[in-house]
Amino acid sequence: MLMVTEQKPLAEVSQLIDKCHKVYLIGCGTCATTLHTGGKSEVIEMKRQLEDAAKEITGWMVIPTTCDTLTREALAENTAAIEAADCILVMSCALGVQMVARFSDKPVYPALNTLFLGMEGNPGFLNEACIQCGECVIGQYAAICPVTTCAKGLLTGACGGARGGKCEQQPEHDCAWILIYERLKKLGMLDKLKEAASPKDYSKMKRPRQLELTPL
Amino acid sequence: MSLQSSLESGKFVITAEVAPLKGTDTTEIIEVAELLQGRITAANVTDQQSSVMRLGSLVVSYLLKEKGLEPVFQMTCRDRNRIALQSDLLSASVLGIKNVLALTGDVASLGDHPQAKPVFDLDSVLLLQVIRRLNEGYDMAGNELKGKPSFFPGAVVNPGADTEAALELQIIKMEKKVAAGARFIQTQAIYDADSFAKFMKRVEGFKVPVLAGVIPLKSAGMARFMNKNVAGILVPEHLIKKMNEAENKTETGIQIAADLMKELKDICQGIHIMAIGWEKKVPQILDAAGL
Ligand code: SF4
Ligand code: SF4
Repeated sequence: MLMVTEQKPLAEVSQLIDKCHKVYLIGCGTCATTLHTGGKSEVIEMKRQLEDAAKEITGWMVIPTTCDTLTREALAENTAAIEAADCILVMSCALGVQMVARFSDKPVYPALNTLFLGMEGNPGFLNEACIQCGECVIGQYAAICPVTTCAKGLLTGACGGARGGKCEQQPEHDCAWILIYERLKKLGMLDKLKEAASPKDYSKMKRPRQLELTPL
Repeated sequence: MSLQSSLESGKFVITAEVAPLKGTDTTEIIEVAELLQGRITAANVTDQQSSVMRLGSLVVSYLLKEKGLEPVFQMTCRDRNRIALQSDLLSASVLGIKNVLALTGDVASLGDHPQAKPVFDLDSVLLLQVIRRLNEGYDMAGNELKGKPSFFPGAVVNPGADTEAALELQIIKMEKKVAAGARFIQTQAIYDADSFAKFMKRVEGFKVPVLAGVIPLKSAGMARFMNKNVAGILVPEHLIKKMNEAENKTETGIQIAADLMKELKDICQGIHIMAIGWEKKVPQILDAAGL
């Protein structure tokens, strides 16, 4: 599982930090490193580009997992360079950005767009497989999530728009329902298709969601 | 005779699609309504067709009704959540609209406001269940209604699936729609009566009147475009050739549609004409088909 990110265009980043002359850079050693959006080499490249644009980089680091609370210690260890900066530019997913902001009084800006929670699916692709709807129904759908992978999130069956197994609405994607059909067929469970579906309970997705941790 | 009485008494019916335009000018719609009145049983009013923002289907359905043309109010789930859908249904009932065609709708990214937030709180089958519930006097949450509607709900099916999986899925979905209360079915455009007849054999047990969809061809290019881009539509090569060679494309397009309608007439209980810009030619097409 990876939090999938992409780099924002440099022009957008420059716009975000245009009032800051001195910048402290933070990368992330986990997903953003794997995806080459905010690992060590991308941080160094960002440093070079910002210096070319006449910014001063007061320091940089790659936090092992920026979304972890240990980020507080990482920030504490680098107080001097961070204090010298006008802002912090974070090259991690939005969780990392927000974690940094929790523990710093400096303005914090994102250098990446956070796209989705992905897994390696089709060879060479990261695919979105779950939107955390809060009420998992894939037991009814051969462990394939129509909420996420059908363009219309259809729970009651295919729309009839598939062409050659591809989604009519988004031809770059396989039709989720054809996949569900094929897999149920292989499992000898085509009867599942006739089961009724209830409307989704979107109150389970009422934002923001939080879970109280109970001590072990 | 109303759409419901016609279908329930086994009569053969003609419906046609009317698409609201972008803006407040309703002249064209009214002209079409006047032209079609008396020639067809009911007119479907599309709901933000192809996810392009236009005048609403509820208001246009009402305008048609006022002009004496019975409307089929098309309702998609793309732009409204369950609260808005139910409320619009109640409004439709108060305006005297009986027929509702329940659709899921296209995704917003295909239309002219691709940045819009898609809703899809419900889908076609779930919407049919909601309509049935409203007819029974209750909303989706189980609350009792003060005054209940009496809708005649319908649904769509796309018989032209290109793979075994797609076809089976369509048939299962159609069964679900009927079970959820669909009392009539309108289909995607058909161009081959024989394969449609096979489809009809498969679904005859569902005991629901089916109206075969017909889209008159305007050119060979249009046919090729639909073959390439519209799922379930397959215009056979010989028809494309005919359109290509035609001297008068309009006449040929009308003739092809009329011939098709003559063939389809014996296979199902009605024809649904989607004229896509040719609404005013519908009477001509019906004349040519002898309907
Ligand atoms: S139904 Fe889909 S979106 Fe919901 S939890 Fe399961 S996999 Fe995730
Ligand atoms: S083609 Fe398949 S994936 Fe696409 S909207 Fe229709 S049912 Fe969903």
